[in-house]
Amino acid sequence: MHTPTMTVSSSPHLHEKNSTASIMYQVSIALVPALLWGIYVFGFRALLVTIVSIATALLVEYLLGRFSGESTLSDGSALLTGLLVALNMSPSVPLFIPVIASAFAIAVAKWTFGGLGANWANPALAGRIFVFFSFTTPMSSFVTPRTLASAMPDALASATPLSVVKTAISGGSLGMDANALLSEVSYPATAFAQKIAQATGFNAYTIDSFLGNVGGCIGEISALALLIGGVYLLVRKIITWHIPVTYLASVGLFSWIFGGIPGGLGLFGGSFFPPLFTGGLMLGALFMATDYVTSPISAKGQIVYGVGCGFFTFLFRAFGGMPEAVSVSILLMNVITPTIDRFIVPRKFGDTREQRTLAKERKV
Amino acid sequence: MHKVPTFRKGGVHPDDKKVFSRMQPIERLPLPGELVVALSQHLGSPAKALKAKGDTVVKGEKIGEASGFISADVHAPVSGVVKEIRRVTLANSIVCDALVITPDSEQPEGEAPAVDWRTLSEAELVATIKEMGIVGMGGATFPAHVKLTIPRDKKIDAFIINGVECEPYLTADYRVMMERADEALQGALICAKATRAPRVIVGVELNKKDAIAHLKEVVEAKGYPIEIVGLKVKYPQGDEKQLLKALLNREIPSGKLPLDVGAVIANIGSCVAVYEAVAQKKPLYERVVTVTGECIANPKNILAPVGTKVSDLLAFCGGFSSEPEKLVSGGPMMGFSFFDTDTPLTKGFSGLLALTGEKKVVTTACLNCGRCVAACPIGLVPAKLYRLIDNGQYAEAMANSLMDCKECGCCAYVCPAHLPLVHGMKTGKKLGRKK
Repeated sequence: MHTPTMTVSSSPHLHEKNSTASIMYQVSIALVPALLWGIYVFGFRALLVTIVSIATALLVEYLLGRFSGESTLSDGSALLTGLLVALNMSPSVPLFIPVIASAFAIAVAKWTFGGLGANWANPALAGRIFVFFSFTTPMSSFVTPRTLASAMPDALASATPLSVVKTAISGGSLGMDANALLSEVSYPATAFAQKIAQATGFNAYTIDSFLGNVGGCIGEISALALLIGGVYLLVRKIITWHIPVTYLASVGLFSWIFGGIPGGLGLFGGSFFPPLFTGGLMLGALFMATDYVTSPISAKGQIVYGVGCGFFTFLFRAFGGMPEAVSVSILLMNVITPTIDRFIVPRKFGDTREQRTLAKERKV
Repeated sequence: MHKVPTFRKGGVHPDDKKVFSRMQPIERLPLPGELVVALSQHLGSPAKALKAKGDTVVKGEKIGEASGFISADVHAPVSGVVKEIRRVTLANSIVCDALVITPDSEQPEGEAPAVDWRTLSEAELVATIKEMGIVGMGGATFPAHVKLTIPRDKKIDAFIINGVECEPYLTADYRVMMERADEALQGALICAKATRAPRVIVGVELNKKDAIAHLKEVVEAKGYPIEIVGLKVKYPQGDEKQLLKALLNREIPSGKLPLDVGAVIANIGSCVAVYEAVAQKKPLYERVVTVTGECIANPKNILAPVGTKVSDLLAFCGGFSSEPEKLVSGGPMMGFSFFDTDTPLTKGFSGLLALTGEKKVVTTACLNCGRCVAACPIGLVPAKLYRLIDNGQYAEAMANSLMDCKECGCCAYVCPAHLPLVHGMKTGKKLGRKK
């Protein structure tokens, strides 16, 4: 009988159908709804920023790969980083900013620490923070989305609901919650949202920020589009519920309980939902905080991490002087991740309460 | 609704691929031209050869003697002449001596004595089981007489029969349950008597519903005091730790045995062997092996003598239908790949798989995704252990419970970076022990 050449390798001899690249591409696909919405409301400029971000990320990854003699373009992580950088840009930024952000993300945040898997900070977030502190004015001036264009007062044209509220509170407007403050400065709401608001009793601003009819970065405005992507990732088991749910729930709870204090409303004066749909929280909780490399490895650790992100996000939003609450919180928790992984480990099989008592008795 | 029992922590759900061979009844292999009977077919020290080159042997005669507390006797599977004693490499890479036996053309069938096992004492039962060279046939090949000897100060309240067969592809245990249920169940009762266990439970996964129904029928018809429990399909439920958790909700602590939590577990195939040993005085010299995989022309469940070469099994199944990438002994999750088709069948050889190669996927760096942690049924952090071993920090890895890893393969199965995690664990254990 003809004997073919056999491969000898360690067990297991079966493998699930997944790979690093397939995960990266699926996360990228999950971001498409948010990207499409951003391009729809902000126009061609948003598409241009996206193309520039992704192209820079891929180019830098390719060049560094050439330089170090390894080809890592095919693992899909540079594409995802470029896309995330784009979604974190204001649509009106000069194009050199996404170039710098993507290059910083890939070259400094990722490659200098040893490449994929070895970086301590989420590359896209690091890139965003870098350009935010370098070019604060263009990074924090936004454009009015197409859906609000006719109704937006000129004074608010480059603001986001979150920055409007913050300015109002620091200007001394106390005794009102976020939605009341928005209405005070006559921030517009779409007719569609007003109709739903009348029918359901929810506030029109909450509905608009859920749907994405607000100013902000290209990919962060529509909570709905991001949630569609997030659910896709959960269903495909790319991410687990631990980080997004604990993150969002803790921001909501902290804001509800303590959120009234900065506005002079006292405990339980804040609201639960508006903080979840505004700013970069949804994008951060579903796509940034869940980055594998920079989040804890065990489910228990991920819960601690999620609550930590939520706590800091609330703290920076309610009491901090600057925007960037979500990015800074996640980066902060990225730093703590190795410590979480060191001290929070899964319970070992057989290490039951009964066993621990037995062990203690033996020692005594 | 009644909840189907299973273990809680970790585990994976590979496609069970049992369809190739599950409907194939057990067939007896025609006598091969040469048998290579290894002396190290069990966990523990190898047996000592009792025959030399040129000696004649009679079927069932003891040809290798246990050489320590954890060791087992080896018996001649056929009558014939010892052609030579040769160094062989087994499928699991163990190198040992083997008696090469040329069978006689006439194989006289002795009359099998019929012993009523109910009249024997615990000690007599265990002695017979030892004499007949019975070992665990699920793959670990732990000598059965050691397992069934319960120290006086320990109390066993349940004897558990492992009919889970959670490894994909394998159907040998399934066929045994379908065709030899009564012998298996009697074997279980013998074991229960030897261990003084008041309760006997058979655990079977629900992808074998007909086996569960059949076992229940036999139990009812014969009035055996045995419980048959269906389990939710999840790998590695056939591991004794997971099976015990699923059936009795007990956890075996690190480094302990099932008997430390009041239970003894045996594979269903071992129960048949125990029955034959005690009731028919038949030593363990043949076993049922599943020959299957995408590359086997006619997958089969075969009753073959110990010492049969893999090439004879392959020939009986019509050879390869397409060129295989790997030959595996045992199941695909924990089995050993090997390349030599002269490799002999041993007592723990439950399956012979000819697998097509998977699409080669590039390994990347660990992403810290946590899939291995979620999949580990023991609660280890495989990614961390792998990193430590990769860095040569063996002592550190041991301190992180490396020795509790049982190499079930769940972590490597799910790893998107395709890291050879189990390979790392095996290496780490070896090098860690050395220091």
